Amino acid sequence: MQRSRLVFWIFCAPVLCWLFLLIVLPHLDLLRMSFRGENDYGDMVWTFRNYKTFFTEPIYWLTFVRTALYAVITTFITFLLAMPVSFYIAKLARARIQGALVILLLLPFWVSELVRIYGWMILLRESGVLNFFMLKLGIVDTPIEMLYNDATMIMGLVYTSMLFMVVPLVSVMESLDDSLIEAAHDLGAGQFTIWRTIILPHCKPGITSGSIVVFMLTLGNYLTPNLMGGKNSLWFTEQIYNQFIASFNWNQGSAFGFLLLLLSSFIIWLGLRLTRQKLDEVAS
Amino acid sequence: MIRSLPRSKTYDWSFNCFILLYFTFLFAPLVVTCVLAFNDSNFPSLPWQGFTLDWFFSAGPDRIGLFHDDQNLRSILTSFQTAFFVSIFSVVVGTCASFLFEKETFRFKGALYFLMLAPLVIPGVILGISLLLASNTAGTYFDRTFGLDIDIFRPSFWLVVLGQFSFITTFVTLVVSARLRKFDHSLEEAALNLGATQLGVIWHITLKFLRPAIIGAGAVAFLMSFENFNTTLFLVGSEPTLPINLYLQVRDGSTPVINAVSLMLIVGTSLLALVNFYFTRKEQ
Repeated sequence: MQRSRLVFWIFCAPVLCWLFLLIVLPHLDLLRMSFRGENDYGDMVWTFRNYKTFFTEPIYWLTFVRTALYAVITTFITFLLAMPVSFYIAKLARARIQGALVILLLLPFWVSELVRIYGWMILLRESGVLNFFMLKLGIVDTPIEMLYNDATMIMGLVYTSMLFMVVPLVSVMESLDDSLIEAAHDLGAGQFTIWRTIILPHCKPGITSGSIVVFMLTLGNYLTPNLMGGKNSLWFTEQIYNQFIASFNWNQGSAFGFLLLLLSSFIIWLGLRLTRQKLDEVAS
Repeated sequence: MIRSLPRSKTYDWSFNCFILLYFTFLFAPLVVTCVLAFNDSNFPSLPWQGFTLDWFFSAGPDRIGLFHDDQNLRSILTSFQTAFFVSIFSVVVGTCASFLFEKETFRFKGALYFLMLAPLVIPGVILGISLLLASNTAGTYFDRTFGLDIDIFRPSFWLVVLGQFSFITTFVTLVVSARLRKFDHSLEEAALNLGATQLGVIWHITLKFLRPAIIGAGAVAFLMSFENFNTTLFLVGSEPTLPINLYLQVRDGSTPVINAVSLMLIVGTSLLALVNFYFTRKEQ
């Protein structure tokens, strides 16, 4: 069927505007700005100094490594927690309550991240609800501050990104044929063998897409480390924010931003490569 | 092990316990936030001091309820306006994009498609700073070359709209494309044979078929925009959206008014989510 050029350009023009003006150009500008800086006379020149600062100041690259490491840990814990939950929903729950469970599972994630974090804050802080009950029950004598440490921060990050692991896992487990598990059981396979040889291999695409999304969201998260980790959360997005808003050093901030973008793209590429998947398969 | 296989009592029992704990973990922060919005105390914490609606309706002078709190009300209005424009723009451009990628063939289609998926893997913080940089560069350029002072290039309402639009459009494109793939092309061909123009066919037949997907994508776009924090943080001017405004309040201390706002958000988004569920289920 021959289509007219006019129709093509009606579709193409807004898309090109969107992608070039709002995605390509800004990121090229980010790259350009990261190589600019003032010299000793106060003039703007091309320089590698912003990147050099990153590698020579331990506080910056340590924060970077720490952020990446904690994002990996968060992704792994999320996976461990999401696996039995999605297994229960896909394979164990009675068909009648299955739909209700899925809706219940999704509901908290429609609510703004800020509200969820705020809920955790009033639960966990020194004058919080959990401390109130623990004092009442006599478990502790004096209230404990449960906020502002790394363990709480990771818990918050796991909570925030849970959904993006559970949803792909549930859908991939629903596509697993029950008779495969039944057959393995009849032939005498134990729980562990069934998980290792049937369930996990089948779930690989779901695990990949879930892990990529969770990792990326954790790496770029600002709210949760900032509010639950407190002053010593040392998250890399906070460094970027500080450079931009507090010290107004946009060039340094751009370099940090570009490094974070590189790291996140590299990990995603690696994840896709290792499991031989394409980006659009994971996206849909 | 699964529904159809015999399981031991302990296995069932412990799995049920685990799921119960998991859902407690999911809902505890939300429930606590909602309950404490009605506590007759100046801090969002226990002990329970009686039921009150002060945090919603009190006009002052000691307690200012949500419906008399100008700052919060204004930010809610700003968020509604932002989400309104973002969902309109992203639905229009996203629909164009899905037509472009599903129905047209052209050079560099693969590359453009990859570019369209890119916002999925760019952390929101990076998107925010790149747009801030680019708009600043553009503003300086127009000011220097043409002596024009254009407001849109400064952190402002419209810059927030553009920033959110730039990544939400990708989600709209994916949702609408999925529906377009199920479209029966013989309907279009029949209409063309009967003498309809190309644009007429798109308007009367294809768009009508896509309507449920477009409405659903619009609702999701609205919610995503309403709750966006990371990108907005860097682009916001003198009119903060609700998440930004809440963040500033939470960071500097908390009053039960935040709980009242959160309660409204939880109820609002849950209703929208349930309506969305209902419609997608009816469609199937």
